[in-house]
Amino acid sequence: MTAALEVTSLNRSFGALHVTRDVNLSLARGARRALIGPNGAGKTTLINLITGVIRPSAGTVSLNGEDITNASQAYRARRGLARTFQINQLFRGLSVLENICMAIGERDGHNNNLWRSAGAKREVIDEALDHLESLQIVDDALKLVRNLPYGRQRLVEIAIALAQKPRVLLLDEPAAGVPSSESHLILDVVDKLDPDIAVLIIEHDMDVVFRFAKEITVLVQGAVFTQGTPDEIMRNKDVRAVYLGQEGHDAAQRGGQHG
Amino acid sequence: MPQFAIIAVSILFDGLAYAMFLFITSVGLSVTMGLMGFVNLAHGAFAMAGGYIVVSLTRSYGIDFVPSLLIAGVTVGLISIRFERRLYRQLYKATDLEQVLLTIGLAFMAIAMFTYFYGPIPKSVPLPDWLEGDVNLGFRSFPTYRAFLIAIGAVLISVLWYGFEKTNIGAKIRAAVDNRRMAESVGINVDLLFTLTFALGSALAAVGGGLAIQLFGLTPSFAVLYLVLFLIVVAVGGLGSLKGTLLAALVIGIIDTGGKYAFPVAGNLFIYAITAVVLLIKPTGFFGRE
Amino acid sequence: MAEARARAADYLVRRHYFRLSEALPWLLMIAAFFLFPNRMTFGSQVLIMVLFALSLDLILGYAGIVTLGHAAFFGVGAYTVALASMLLDWSEPISGIIAGGLLAGLVGAAVGWFILRYRGLTLLMLTIAFAAMLQESGNLRSDITGGYDGLPGLMFDPVLGTFQYDLYGHTNYWYVFGVLAVIFYFVRRIIYSPFGQALTGIRENVRRMHAIGSPVHRRLVAVYAISAAIAGVAGGLFTQTNAYVTLTVFDFDNSAKVLVMLILGGTGRLYGPFLGAAVYMVLEDYFSKLSPTFWQLGIGLLLVLTVLFARRGLLGLAEDARGLFKRGDSAPSAPRRMVWKPEHWNSLGMSALDGAVIGFIAGFAINMKQVEFMTTFVTSAPARALIFTLGGAAVAAGINAVYLLVTSRTSVEEQTS
Repeated sequence: MTAALEVTSLNRSFGALHVTRDVNLSLARGARRALIGPNGAGKTTLINLITGVIRPSAGTVSLNGEDITNASQAYRARRGLARTFQINQLFRGLSVLENICMAIGERDGHNNNLWRSAGAKREVIDEALDHLESLQIVDDALKLVRNLPYGRQRLVEIAIALAQKPRVLLLDEPAAGVPSSESHLILDVVDKLDPDIAVLIIEHDMDVVFRFAKEITVLVQGAVFTQGTPDEIMRNKDVRAVYLGQEGHDAAQRGGQHG
Repeated sequence: MPQFAIIAVSILFDGLAYAMFLFITSVGLSVTMGLMGFVNLAHGAFAMAGGYIVVSLTRSYGIDFVPSLLIAGVTVGLISIRFERRLYRQLYKATDLEQVLLTIGLAFMAIAMFTYFYGPIPKSVPLPDWLEGDVNLGFRSFPTYRAFLIAIGAVLISVLWYGFEKTNIGAKIRAAVDNRRMAESVGINVDLLFTLTFALGSALAAVGGGLAIQLFGLTPSFAVLYLVLFLIVVAVGGLGSLKGTLLAALVIGIIDTGGKYAFPVAGNLFIYAITAVVLLIKPTGFFGRE
Repeated sequence: MAEARARAADYLVRRHYFRLSEALPWLLMIAAFFLFPNRMTFGSQVLIMVLFALSLDLILGYAGIVTLGHAAFFGVGAYTVALASMLLDWSEPISGIIAGGLLAGLVGAAVGWFILRYRGLTLLMLTIAFAAMLQESGNLRSDITGGYDGLPGLMFDPVLGTFQYDLYGHTNYWYVFGVLAVIFYFVRRIIYSPFGQALTGIRENVRRMHAIGSPVHRRLVAVYAISAAIAGVAGGLFTQTNAYVTLTVFDFDNSAKVLVMLILGGTGRLYGPFLGAAVYMVLEDYFSKLSPTFWQLGIGLLLVLTVLFARRGLLGLAEDARGLFKRGDSAPSAPRRMVWKPEHWNSLGMSALDGAVIGFIAGFAINMKQVEFMTTFVTSAPARALIFTLGGAAVAAGINAVYLLVTSRTSVEEQTS
């Protein structure tokens, strides 16, 4: 069966800096995979390569069997690839409802319409409100995003990705920056994701990783260090060494890396 | 010497002089835009102010041309510090549009004030004897003033190049242009650096303005008329790059001079065409950062 | 929960309905005809500028594209109408401006396709360069275009075959008014459409737009083309109402002027262009007749003040004012007092210093100009210098103090926390 997302021999260099080395990764339908690794390992770069923010130096990316290695970001999104950003990328001057409607409008092609008013698209509004309800933020529907507390903004970030009805969902540290009192909101959402969607989540918090992931990929210095089930990874001495031993080295490197 | 070669050399010479003027006046704008990302459209007004100060000093106070240039440079440099601290600082985080509008507003105000005090009639400046007339370079004579301009330009370029490439401060500036946050985290006081480069750039612009009087005459609309030209030099050369500004100034100066000689009716068409072509191929200019 | 949901849906559905307050600008434009019947030629030009500013708002206020070359499309429209009339004997006005608009739109699409890949200074310079190249190219064939002297004495048929042009410009005014109304209707529809929403999305967060599948470049080219077309119509109207056109329509000054008008009124607001263009044109008409230099100083000062204190234009100020009044209705807030902190004194001191320097320079310059009443009033030069310097310091510090008093009052809670 074709994988939902297939990454083959992916490489990316910035001049002499080889940030992504020969990465192979496969997400089947319904996958729940976590991507972990020390800071500066190139996790966000990998996400950027998969989503099309940057192009690889070598290797391929395919989505449901279709080669999208050179496709634009927008094309990939329209083919079912959605992502959240490590730092919220929302329409801060617009209301929560409008944020979600924006994603739905793009997905269904409504946003190409210059003539009918946005308000006339009742189906879009209703679907957006459904999404807000399932995330329990419908009361905030008309609030401007910039007036929301960070934790709820993060929920909107995920809601936008879900509103795209993706087949592959990439979550970049979804709980990052969220105060611990609110992080359960995010985690509940992640738990209840549609079982058909293939999900890749970058995370540092091991509790979240072990709660959610059925498979784990460990990325170190741009290359896949090892992959396996949570049990295998937990028992792997080398992984522990990489995390603990690398700590000091990485702290020093953090200043110079582009992360 | 064949007629064609004589014309070519003339064009090169005049173009070079023009390029020196462009470089001296624009280099400050390039570095400050590259360093702080601040779009300062009042730069032309600083140049114009320098010109008028030179006019006043030479005509009303009998000071010689060259010392006047220096005084004008220092004065405008100091005044620009005040502008930077008081006004521009508030807008570093503002959008490009807001910076454009504020500085254009300042330029308009400057034009109005100088029109009120000096009138709209073009001003000229009395040159010392040694700058008048022609200098014989063997096969041809050239206006001494233009030779002077080229010489001054060469000296300034060397000084600036040395300062940029070989000194500590130059290294700091280059670092801050390249990656501001990194530079700050390494302990470089970018704010102070910026004030310094801004002052120096404005001082150079003032000197350029003073030098331009003999070439073009000085009217209050100088501030906006030549502003587009400075912006072109900066954009085509690449923000924050000394090399780029120089190369762009040479290309524009020589091609414009040649173009106006060969096809005067085309006016500034060549300059704009070059701008469009360069920017479409390399949007950050010759030596701009990606 | 259900109530919140219904309310939210309701808001979006009703957002594009016409509000009563929208009638105001139109009533004012109609009233102007009856109040100032002999200023109607000027009135037409104001409405043409409104249309031009409206076209710019589409790309600047909604899509967030900064351009200093929009006069290019105005010029294309203007010259299409002029040359069609001169060379093709095509003098039917309405089809003329449609042709001008279409051609300008096509040019806009072609140019936009290339240059909208860029932003910032690069884009700015490309827009300036394009407009300038059109102007210079026009000058190359000044035999056709009339160069900077222009094409005078253009003739146009009566509007809709019946409304003849009259000496007072009455027909022109209603003609332009009609065109403005029709185009505004379309622009309004676009702004409230999903496409218009997407433009706002591009302006607010283009990264996000890419990530949700928006064909950003295509959208931008589309709106740029539409904006160019409208600017072209404005240009065509310009030629028709003036019966004259010159290459100066392509001037950088015009691109800058329309930008200022838009900022003045407020970008991204339906009626910002109306307010901004009207205010600018009226002020310019009055002050530049008084003294062109004074006008230039005034507009420069207005720009500086707008950027510093009224970033969202006059309409933005109006909204703020309304907000102030609304707050008055709710529970009375704690009284606010001025507490003079060291940084306030510092600020005052700096203002005084600036004022002193400016005053000194002003005095010096006035001395130079031998301004009569100044010299007779206080005869000794040093005394004059002192008065100017101290006066300047006092005025500047005074203005700064007022500003601080208005903006830096803190409530008792904030002070004691």
